[in-house]
Amino acid sequence: MANEERFQQIVDAEEKIEPTDWMPEGYRKTLIRQIAQHAHSEVIGMQPEGNWITRAPSLHRKAILIAKVQDEAGHGLYLYSAAETLGVNRDELQELLHQGKHKYSSIFNYPTLNWADIGAIGWLVDGAAITNQVMLTRCSYGPYSRAMVRICKEESFHQRQGYELLIRLCQGTPEQKAMAQDALNRWWWPSLMMFGPHDSDSTHTEQSMAWKIKRVSNDDLRQQFVDMTVPQANYLGISIPDPDLRWNADRGHYDFGDIDWDEFWRVVKGNGPMNRERVAHKVKAWEDGAWVREAATAYASKKRARTAA
Amino acid sequence: MTLVSRAPQGTPPPDPGDKFTMLLAHADDNMVLSQRLGELISNAPELEIDIAVGNISLDHLGVARALYTYAGEVEGEGHSEDQLAMFRNERDFTNLLLVEQPNGDFAHTIVRQFLFDAYQAELWSDLAHSDDEQLAGMAARAAKENAYHLRFSAGWLVRLGDGTYESHHRAQLALDELWQYTAELFEGNEYREAWESAVGSTLSEATLDVPDDPYQRTGGRSGFHTEHLGLLLAEMQWMQRSYPGLEW
Amino acid sequence: MTYEVPVAPGESADIEETIQLDGEVWPMWEVFVRARRGISHVHIGSLHAPDAETALENARDVYTRRGEGVSVWVVPSDQVHAFEPDAAEEYVEANEKVYRLATAYDIPEEVGQM
Repeated sequence: MANEERFQQIVDAEEKIEPTDWMPEGYRKTLIRQIAQHAHSEVIGMQPEGNWITRAPSLHRKAILIAKVQDEAGHGLYLYSAAETLGVNRDELQELLHQGKHKYSSIFNYPTLNWADIGAIGWLVDGAAITNQVMLTRCSYGPYSRAMVRICKEESFHQRQGYELLIRLCQGTPEQKAMAQDALNRWWWPSLMMFGPHDSDSTHTEQSMAWKIKRVSNDDLRQQFVDMTVPQANYLGISIPDPDLRWNADRGHYDFGDIDWDEFWRVVKGNGPMNRERVAHKVKAWEDGAWVREAATAYASKKRARTAA
Repeated sequence: MTLVSRAPQGTPPPDPGDKFTMLLAHADDNMVLSQRLGELISNAPELEIDIAVGNISLDHLGVARALYTYAGEVEGEGHSEDQLAMFRNERDFTNLLLVEQPNGDFAHTIVRQFLFDAYQAELWSDLAHSDDEQLAGMAARAAKENAYHLRFSAGWLVRLGDGTYESHHRAQLALDELWQYTAELFEGNEYREAWESAVGSTLSEATLDVPDDPYQRTGGRSGFHTEHLGLLLAEMQWMQRSYPGLEW
Repeated sequence: MTYEVPVAPGESADIEETIQLDGEVWPMWEVFVRARRGISHVHIGSLHAPDAETALENARDVYTRRGEGVSVWVVPSDQVHAFEPDAAEEYVEANEKVYRLATAYDIPEEVGQM
């Protein structure tokens, strides 16, 4: 049987492709591109939340936030490992990120400016991430799918802590509730943008669907997210900044306004509010750490030599 | 104790025999070090180290919270962990000077951690035998976590000390700079001998020299800090001070 | 959300995936965790570390943060020798010896559980 045919048969049978299986070059490249961007997103995502670790308003919240940011590092690590099964190296992928040749989710190019932003990131950004990641647990590539299973288990804590944080603010003083509203105002649209371009403008949806790297389209996931989130915002008693948002009984879904695609592409191309800082922060940490990594390598080889002697 | 003291700066030195004072001092040590390590997350040399630093920061925070809560009970004035952490000023904090020192490069972070872990190894094994059962329980738990911290910090110290020319130099420099804050670890206790022996053997494995500079700076336990602490607290306490009395 | 990389209008869809690195890279380790007493170690993922001690420390932090394991093994990834069914016909043949399987034997029901 031809390789290509056998490959597609495995995929169609909902079985997983494993690293040593034959796979089309395009499949491999698409996966590397996507898993790397996913991993970079987790790692860069540590920064906006890390920004509030030292200022968390209570020790309990501080502990939650540290645990969460630490999880992001872990998720980045699982994902880089999944990418490495495709024959690339984590350090190479990071270097491409540092050189601006790789992207990460644009959502992290927005700043965290008040404490409620930590809640909004958990509720909206992690909520959007879960919507996508649950789908990805069924992805055809074994290592990616397994990483997703692990990540999804941890991610539900992330979303719940964020929403609970906002409940606390919305049931608090008017000043606290205003923080929550301010956060929703700033994070709502970027969160919708996280689902990517309209299906009609999405370049590789069709092939990714056939390969079962992607199982649900951008617009469908976005709709699912809006339908899920609106009642949650209502419960909090804060309003979503979209005058066109309303329930459509015929469709059985919420209608919502147009995304500002100019902003979307501006941020994707590197000109969002925080793109440069995020990459610069990452590069600095990496360069500052070079001597440490070298020292560990040098020590390990000295030790091997001593053991051998 | 009056929180956010308006009392003249330079409150009388705490009585080290007093349990509340003792609990606060250890709580402050762990709180301040946790805060320092919290600054580091996303800045570590490798992802795996970010995760490890996060773990250690969380452990210290957990110890601090347990001790603050217990201190509040012992004091009996209804002060919560947050009140004790967030509404005392620089002069009222009685943490060791060592833990408030900035992260510096990774060598400084590791040396600070190592010197402190070696101290807490003695502290927790001592307090685990305390007549106070609640404190003994906390200490026994902290001792386990500390054993992991010590393995991490000692392991990295050896790697840095016996790694490259540059890492050796940086580790020695950090050790020389932080050594002045070590005499203070032994005020009011008998841990010095055991500590020196443990530290000495790791330093020798790391091919590092025990510093011979006799200068020692002390004062943390009586609130006479370095200038670093005030800034650390300003950041840590800012939300509670700006919006006092709210639930978060 | 999506983790597909959006391609901006006018941008090439091809992105680089490899690059020449200067320094040495920490080697990779495979991590196996025994979730509780009485069951085998199971492969759980991989990580990078300069040596076995660090690999173990890292494995504890990375893969057992939520108390997932009572015992951890790390093995250098390049020391894992694999046997892939696609590449080895004799392996498949071994699988065809159905008489190795308990299900290949009919035991009358009245004999009971066996």
